[in-house]
Amino acid sequence: MITIKNLHASIDGKEILKGLNLEVPAGQVHAIMGPNGAGKSTLASVLAGREDYEVTEGSVDFDGVDLLELSTEDRAREGMFLAFQYPVEIPGVSNVNFLRTALNEIREYRGQEAISAKDFMAMVREKSAIVELDPKLASRAVNEGFSGGEKKRNEIFQMAMLDPKLAILDETDSGLDIDALRIVASGVNKLRSEKNATIVITHYQRLLDYIIPDVVHVLYNGRIVKSGPKELALELEEKGYDWIKAEQEEK
Amino acid sequence: MSETQTDRTLSSFTKHLRQTEISLPTNLITTSLNELNGKSFPTTRSEAWKYTRLTKLSKLSPTLAALHDGVNSTPFAIHSTGNRIVIENGAIHLNATRFETVSGLTIKRFSECSAEELQHIGSLLTLENEPFNALNTAYLQEGIFIQIADKAQIDSPIELIHLLTQMECSATIRLLVHVGKFAKAELTIGTWAAGAEKSILNAVTEIHVGEGAHFTLQKLQSEEEGNFQICTEEIIQDKDSVFTMHTVTLNGTLVRNNVRVRVNGTNCETNLYGAYLLKGNQHTDNHTVIDHMMPHCNSNELYKGVIDEQATAVFNGKVFVRKDAQKINAFQSNGNVLMTDTAAVNSKPELEIYADDVKCSHGSTTGQLDEEAVFYLQSRGISERSARNLLVEAFIGEVLDKNHNQDFAAKTNAILNERFGWER
Ligand SMILES: Nc1ncnc2c1ncn2[C@@H]1O[C@H](COP(=O)(O)OP(=O)(O)OP(=O)(O)O)[C@@H](O)[C@H]1O
Ligand SMILES: [Mg+2]
Repeated sequence: MITIKNLHASIDGKEILKGLNLEVPAGQVHAIMGPNGAGKSTLASVLAGREDYEVTEGSVDFDGVDLLELSTEDRAREGMFLAFQYPVEIPGVSNVNFLRTALNEIREYRGQEAISAKDFMAMVREKSAIVELDPKLASRAVNEGFSGGEKKRNEIFQMAMLDPKLAILDETDSGLDIDALRIVASGVNKLRSEKNATIVITHYQRLLDYIIPDVVHVLYNGRIVKSGPKELALELEEKGYDWIKAEQEEK
Repeated sequence: MSETQTDRTLSSFTKHLRQTEISLPTNLITTSLNELNGKSFPTTRSEAWKYTRLTKLSKLSPTLAALHDGVNSTPFAIHSTGNRIVIENGAIHLNATRFETVSGLTIKRFSECSAEELQHIGSLLTLENEPFNALNTAYLQEGIFIQIADKAQIDSPIELIHLLTQMECSATIRLLVHVGKFAKAELTIGTWAAGAEKSILNAVTEIHVGEGAHFTLQKLQSEEEGNFQICTEEIIQDKDSVFTMHTVTLNGTLVRNNVRVRVNGTNCETNLYGAYLLKGNQHTDNHTVIDHMMPHCNSNELYKGVIDEQATAVFNGKVFVRKDAQKINAFQSNGNVLMTDTAAVNSKPELEIYADDVKCSHGSTTGQLDEEAVFYLQSRGISERSARNLLVEAFIGEVLDKNHNQDFAAKTNAILNERFGWER
């Protein structure tokens, strides 16, 4: 689904990603863990096309297209979705209105017809149920006055509406209580299929009890330095990152 | 011609104009002529015109233009029904005007009015050091008197269309509105230009809102670029009345609005809403005054602007709360979004409070669109252009949505679509 090779990216002249390699095949869930400031959100932002970052080297193949050549909106239209670590509040723009605009622009890009108002509302009802998002929240201004948990659920609701090929969840679990975590995780699981892939960025192993990853990667200092089975997450939680740092220094 | 001070005298501006033939009180005309005699247009040195240059306007010597039979005023109409008065280049266009008999409503030209009906004309208007008011008195071309009878509720639209259709012409119009006790009505005013350039509309509206009456004035200003308009609205409210005004400015090279509401009774409500969406070299200046003279009143003022390209805007809002006007709630806010580095705004909300038991707040914000929000929307598949439009609409929608008149909204949206490519 996505193949990242030797990706270097910097912001304000400071290199954050320093030759990152990652491959996530369709049908799989990969977790990315790593200490604060390692570059996890940077990776997510670069893949989503945030212009503040400059890609200085490397390539990203997204299901056969050269991702780095595309604008942010075209990446989304090709099936990329980012659940933000800090979703923005957008006063005055209603959640459903903007999603309808998004859905129709995506459909237009793919040569499909616009969705009817009736079908759209049916879809809103169906998809908001997946994350148990109050339908009233669905029609309110984007994230405005939402609690932390509601914002995260709203991200997954949007993901359900847009049905992406690759979803990157940036710390979607942080700040969630155990019930909300279960709801969000089961929402993500319901959306899993053989045709799509998920990258889960997290600090906590507990999320991975609900969303079982095929591979766990450690991102440290702008690179993937270790990859392993889901048990690696447990080991990281027990031992922290010092042993990874030590290993890296030895090299 | 060299740019000397004498080029800008009011006498050079009025040289092709004709003194009014309308029988206004002679003292008003004498005072106005004295005010204009030997004087020049105000410069940016005067406080009231600090950020609005009249240089271009003051170089004009406009003429009085005839009606232009080729121009169809229907496309400019906001309402399809009701009373419609069309004023073209300052003269009433009787063929395009539609008078309909509505119980409780009287609409007349000043020339048809009795002295008694016109007795209060000019009583709210300052002439001293207000050259546009003096011009509007001494050179008045047409006056329209609107009276709503006591307790009448007028549901059909009342619309006034100001249309400029000639080059460098002057249109000078007065409107006198009397809203009877416990009456309810809405007045729509549209200002337009078609094929005109360097033309100027000088419109003064005096409104008396009687006890317990509800009156709404909605203005849509969309003159083609290249033209000027100076609009002055003087309102006085009696007790228990509600006055609401919507000013939507979408086009015009120089638009100046002077609104003053004297809240001269207890338990009144005053709402002033303004939206301006500017681009090109447009300049819009909103000067408002809400004068709380009596206790137990509420006022809300919200003006918002989106300023694109090289356009500029001014907001100057004063709220006075006089010494004995206790228990006043006054809210005032002005917000601006600058779409480019060259767009600019001067915003000055002012509160002057002489009473001690009042609740007042005011604020002003100016900024760019939230780039984080633009990115968020783009990341969901929305083009950058639509993302920006969504955000601008959300911003300005807050004030546009204060007006529930569907005809007005439809016309506004049609122009926004044409000028900015929006779909609301
Ligand atoms: N504008 C900027 N200029 C310079 N450095 C920046 C800028 N923005 C982010 N950084 C740095 O980039 C590095 C990576 O940040 P990033 O947000 O990707 O980390 P992260 O792995 O997501 O961390 P966390 O676990 O705390 O979310 C950090 O050291 C951060 O300080
Ligand atoms: Mg992060």
